[in-house]
Amino acid sequence: MYNLLAQTDGNGLAKRLAEAFPPPTIDWPSILPIALVVCTGIVALIVEMLRPRQNNNAIIGFSLVGLFFAGLSLTSQFASPDLESFGGMVLRDRFSLTIQLLVVMVTGLTILFSDGYLRAKRIPFGEFYPLVLWSASGAMMMASSKNLLMIFLGIEVLSISLYVLAGMSKTETKSEESALKYFLLGAFASAFLLYGIAFMYGATGSLHLDAIRSAWNPNDEAFRNMMLFGMGLMLFGLAFKAAFVPFHQWTPDVYQGAPTNVTAFMAAGSKIGAMAALWRLLSASTTNVDLGATFQSYWMPALFWIAILTMTVGNLVALVQKDVKRTLGYSSIAHAGYILVGILAHVNNPEKVGIGTTVFYLLSYSLMTIGAFAVVSLTAKNGKEGTRFEDLHGLWKRSPFAVGCLIVFVASLIGIPPTSGFFGKLMIFNDALASDLMPLAIVLAVNSVLSVYYYVGIAKAAFVDAEGARTPESAPMNLGLAATCLLCAGGIFAVVILFNPLMNWLVGAP
Amino acid sequence: MGDYIAIVILVGLAAVICGAMVSLSFVLGPKNTTPYKQSPYECGVQPLGDARERFPIKFYLVAMLFILFDIEVVFLWSWLTVFKNADLAYQTFSFGAVMVYMVLWIIGDAYVIRVNAIDWDETTSLHPAKLGEPDPAALPVTARDLELVGGAR
Amino acid sequence: MTGNNLADYLTLGLLMFSIGAVGVIVRRNPVVIFMCIELMLNAVNLTFLAFARYMPSSAPASGREASFMSGQMMVIFVMAVAAAEVAVGLGIIMAIYRLRKDVDVDEMNLMSG
Repeated sequence: MYNLLAQTDGNGLAKRLAEAFPPPTIDWPSILPIALVVCTGIVALIVEMLRPRQNNNAIIGFSLVGLFFAGLSLTSQFASPDLESFGGMVLRDRFSLTIQLLVVMVTGLTILFSDGYLRAKRIPFGEFYPLVLWSASGAMMMASSKNLLMIFLGIEVLSISLYVLAGMSKTETKSEESALKYFLLGAFASAFLLYGIAFMYGATGSLHLDAIRSAWNPNDEAFRNMMLFGMGLMLFGLAFKAAFVPFHQWTPDVYQGAPTNVTAFMAAGSKIGAMAALWRLLSASTTNVDLGATFQSYWMPALFWIAILTMTVGNLVALVQKDVKRTLGYSSIAHAGYILVGILAHVNNPEKVGIGTTVFYLLSYSLMTIGAFAVVSLTAKNGKEGTRFEDLHGLWKRSPFAVGCLIVFVASLIGIPPTSGFFGKLMIFNDALASDLMPLAIVLAVNSVLSVYYYVGIAKAAFVDAEGARTPESAPMNLGLAATCLLCAGGIFAVVILFNPLMNWLVGAP
Repeated sequence: MGDYIAIVILVGLAAVICGAMVSLSFVLGPKNTTPYKQSPYECGVQPLGDARERFPIKFYLVAMLFILFDIEVVFLWSWLTVFKNADLAYQTFSFGAVMVYMVLWIIGDAYVIRVNAIDWDETTSLHPAKLGEPDPAALPVTARDLELVGGAR
Repeated sequence: MTGNNLADYLTLGLLMFSIGAVGVIVRRNPVVIFMCIELMLNAVNLTFLAFARYMPSSAPASGREASFMSGQMMVIFVMAVAAAEVAVGLGIIMAIYRLRKDVDVDEMNLMSG
């Protein structure tokens, strides 16, 4: 037992602790992106407090500028060497920069189409923008640290903002219900995650993933059990956040009830964050192959089955949905399964499979998901919103451009060749084969075929003529939404055309 | 174990006798109930209202704001404990960090005051769009009920 | 200081955590569910503090102060996060009370499929 308190009186203890914790080395650029996003949120809140309550244009403009500079500061660091600063709390490496860039992009796209939707829904609260920016900062924190304390704080900053955002439509019981469900289950999952962290800390005496990895010793039985228990609990918590089957039940309800722009951010931003944390947790343990059984390999069979279940259940349940947002919610579960296959391929064979696949898939998934939700947000008008398949009827007459973009998104979600969705799936498929995960590759291929039916259903609904008066007229297309659709649809093709330079730029090596 | 058999027998006997006395008087005793007799006894005073008391929802608001200030103090207190014995470099650095924290905190407070979150009668002061009118499709409720928390059902 | 050992605290923590987890599953009032989640978080805090206090010998001697403190730091942050969750959670529950009188989670069935 380490009896630190008994050894010294109070003053001596404080002195020793101050010596053990000298002011840390500080590398400002490495936290500049996160700080910029947080400060932009704060300034946006101040503007919200001071503005005459007419419109949100100032806030939106400011948020987008802030995000642009955050992106700029991220890209400017791509050439910088990896380093850890702030006492090991902040890490800058290629993975963290890339994931942060993705989050910034997703946030920008969400903010771009939010204003028109929020006004159509009669909830034009300026608080949306600060909250979504802080939520993004949480996702960025999750990617940019190897310290479990920071990863946990990132998850919470991300989630707590999202709980509020999900319940933003205060007059809609559906929205409040979804907020409560999300909140209760999210907090429940956090408790499990934390309990897992507690055991990892108890076994190794550190919260830093590198220190945990180097302390790993499979021969000490008590130590091994504690680590495996902790790891299992952490995976349970993260699986909740990333919505893997069988921890997915909250997803469709929350996605359906939350305002559509929040759902878009949830589906893309929150998933990127959760996947980044999962990647950090699993890949931190892979570099230690010389020790034989690493602590993630114990949970590999469970993750293997979770991946199979996530892909299959997500797609099968999506087949029978009557609500577009719900369908897209299940589709996001299925895509989480595909991404998990990519991560497992890396864990299984870290030499051959790098981060490229996961990053590329997250990029293309974000583009198509945000785009699809942006088009669905067109069904809101006069404070009402219908998101069943019938409510999309006649959309092609009212807004051919949006439907054209919707087809691109659907094609990409299915994985039809010239789109990024196809190449993403192909890369995951290849990686799974390269790391001897043949069954996962097969399940992935079968599921891609399964998913065609309901994705086509979404596109088809937009082409059916509206009949009767029960379909609400869609809101007119607005500039922000058009820009989001154009950027997402263009991006889906652009990432394919510019594949090699893009991947070189993002992850260094293809 | 043998030492305790007497105690076990004693406990068993006590249980049987008590149970018998209570249940026999319940089964055999005369029953003539009147509404007055059925009413709960409250020191001879006529009982008022429901035992499941409803209380204003505003108390949750107080709880929310209280707990935030509560936690602010936790951070400041633990920082000060180290601060007073640390050397100058540490004091300078941590003071800067805590100032950042305090600025963020003050901005949050300013926001709370600005949206009238600590105004007790918020129906008169909150922007109507932010108050959230009740959903007409929900249960028919009176304005008074909206102010109240439903007790356990 | 004497008489207790790590296993006692861990057992108590596990017990609290389990009670909380079961409570989340079986209770229906969101406020009570939330109290159960708080219980789970407090169990985590207890576990962290117990581990920090009884640092196992596997921790390298040089970094013992850092180990000792990182567990305690984590507890403070968990408390802060729990407070933030309380604030947001109570806000959400208040918003639901405004819309409908009851908050029984079993009654929340607007969405299904």
